[in-house]
Amino acid sequence: MSGERNNASKQAMGLLRHAGRWQIWELALWLATIAAIFVLPSQMLILTEIAILALFAVSLDLILGYAGIVSLGHTAFFGLGAYAAGLFAVHVSGEPVIGLMAAGLVSALFGFLTSFLVLRGSDLTRLMTTFGVAMLLAEVVNQAAWLTGGADGLSGIIIDPILGYFEFDLWGRTGYVYCLIVLVALTYIARRIVNSPFGLSLKAIKRNQRRASMLGISPTRRIVAIYTISAAYAGIAGALLTQTTSFVSPDVLAFHRSAEVLLVLVIGGAGYLYGGVFGAVIFSILRNWLSVITPQYWMFWIGLVLIIIVLVGRERLTRWQTLLPGSARKREAGMQQTVAEESK
Amino acid sequence: MLTILFDGIAYGMLLFVLACGLSVTLGLMNFVNLAHGAFAMAGGYVTVIMMNSYSISFYWCLPAAFIVTALAGVVLERLLYRRLYSASHLDQVLFSIGLVFMAIAAIDYFMGGQQQLINLPPELSGRFDFLGIDIGRYRLFIIVICAVLTVTLQLALTRTRFGSQLRAAVDDGRVARGMGINVSVIFALTFALGSGLAGLGGALGTELLGLDPNFPLKYLIYFMIVVTVGGTSSITGPFIAALLLGVADVAGKYYVPQLGAFIIYAVMILVLILRPHGLFSREGGR
Repeated sequence: MSGERNNASKQAMGLLRHAGRWQIWELALWLATIAAIFVLPSQMLILTEIAILALFAVSLDLILGYAGIVSLGHTAFFGLGAYAAGLFAVHVSGEPVIGLMAAGLVSALFGFLTSFLVLRGSDLTRLMTTFGVAMLLAEVVNQAAWLTGGADGLSGIIIDPILGYFEFDLWGRTGYVYCLIVLVALTYIARRIVNSPFGLSLKAIKRNQRRASMLGISPTRRIVAIYTISAAYAGIAGALLTQTTSFVSPDVLAFHRSAEVLLVLVIGGAGYLYGGVFGAVIFSILRNWLSVITPQYWMFWIGLVLIIIVLVGRERLTRWQTLLPGSARKREAGMQQTVAEESK
Repeated sequence: MLTILFDGIAYGMLLFVLACGLSVTLGLMNFVNLAHGAFAMAGGYVTVIMMNSYSISFYWCLPAAFIVTALAGVVLERLLYRRLYSASHLDQVLFSIGLVFMAIAAIDYFMGGQQQLINLPPELSGRFDFLGIDIGRYRLFIIVICAVLTVTLQLALTRTRFGSQLRAAVDDGRVARGMGINVSVIFALTFALGSGLAGLGGALGTELLGLDPNFPLKYLIYFMIVVTVGGTSSITGPFIAALLLGVADVAGKYYVPQLGAFIIYAVMILVLILRPHGLFSREGGR
């Protein structure tokens, strides 16, 4: 009996380890982002933007791709983090790393509190509550002008050199490296999370919540946990934006940001963590290209892209992921193989 | 005090006409149509173009706004929306956000980003005093039109053949189809009616709510509140929700301007926590 159980848990461990194995394309991707520091020295600001957007999208992927929560107001946490970092720099200390952690903590706390709102009800209720929370925050920021500067934004943010050594330079090179390090570190942690038993149980909840709870997985606590983590990620992304631009405006809480990050994730494909990174790269290139052609009306083309994506079918468009070596589908086959080998 | 109540009711009535189409698509047909405001905006711009460029009477603009947006609604429904009735909510959200973005950019391109103004006919502008209440003529006009519309809608939904077919189609599309009801045509007509009403609301609201390319996003939250708070039982729920919202918003902005729209968002979230299916939810139905 106990031998059987041992065997089963060994099998499960094998599965998880196989799924968590580093793939060549992952390493290549990160090497490319590092190479960009030297190859594209004039594009640092855009690259920083991409890194921040990628982190934001990864945080959305955690709840959308893994827990199946459709959020229309994910920018609430992004904006909160941005303001928290800004206020921290103005009132407490200009040290960026501590500010980053503080912003992450504030967002995590807010995410924890609001996570109870997304537990109940259907997709529609979740859409409405997340949307409502973001609007609520935007309104608070707009009205509390004494604290946040209102519609003019919070200015006068001075960010000290990172850890006292690396000063933010004019070309944004330090900023990019800083954002990249944070992105890599947090993606690594997220990778550990989604490939852990906890991550697997989240997928089970996404597929069928009732069945998951019958199997002894408590959806409530897991959703609260992942929502809090995701909020912290979004907050850190917002804080990075504040620290690299030294400015926060109510724009960080605007609806179009929530829509944008959804679009980014949809372009890249949800549910495998790198969708956010690929999506952010594609989206930013697309947007920069469009805003060169039609400065004022790029929104139109973005909208068109969205509609086409939906009509053609998200699965069909993001099928290219399966071409990546070691992609989900191949991985599944590999897993079965491993299981078969180990059970011999 | 009573004037604020009156203004609030006029505002609420307007919100109801704007949102009742959404309460059908979102509440009954279970389609998350965030682009509803775009139809309202289209109605508003039809009015603006007709009045300012062709100087056609305001009274002709209203039915025109209704017809044009209803036609736009039916075309879009047949071409695009219909394919997504059974899609996931995420797809519907993405699709309708895309539509809103396109509408905003297109209006910005053709009409410019500035606030649009219309000149109301003289008999509708100004205010008069009635039993100590300061009554705006135009607001009274809105209340009358919206009240007539509401009663007509309610009767149409409950008393006519079309109304019962719609309710049947919504409650259980498969059985309705089995009973020989052409569900797809019913949905198309309903969608057209809903967008037409939104267009009419947009035309009526040009003066009251203002009109610029960001209209669909600015008022989206209001429409959503009306629908989610009102529930989907009948059109009475959204109607009451719209009136409450209108009065609360006007009164809130008058008495505690520093809180702004904070109150209504907080109330909405509270309602959604306590009653996820709205204040007036209904048994059965899907």
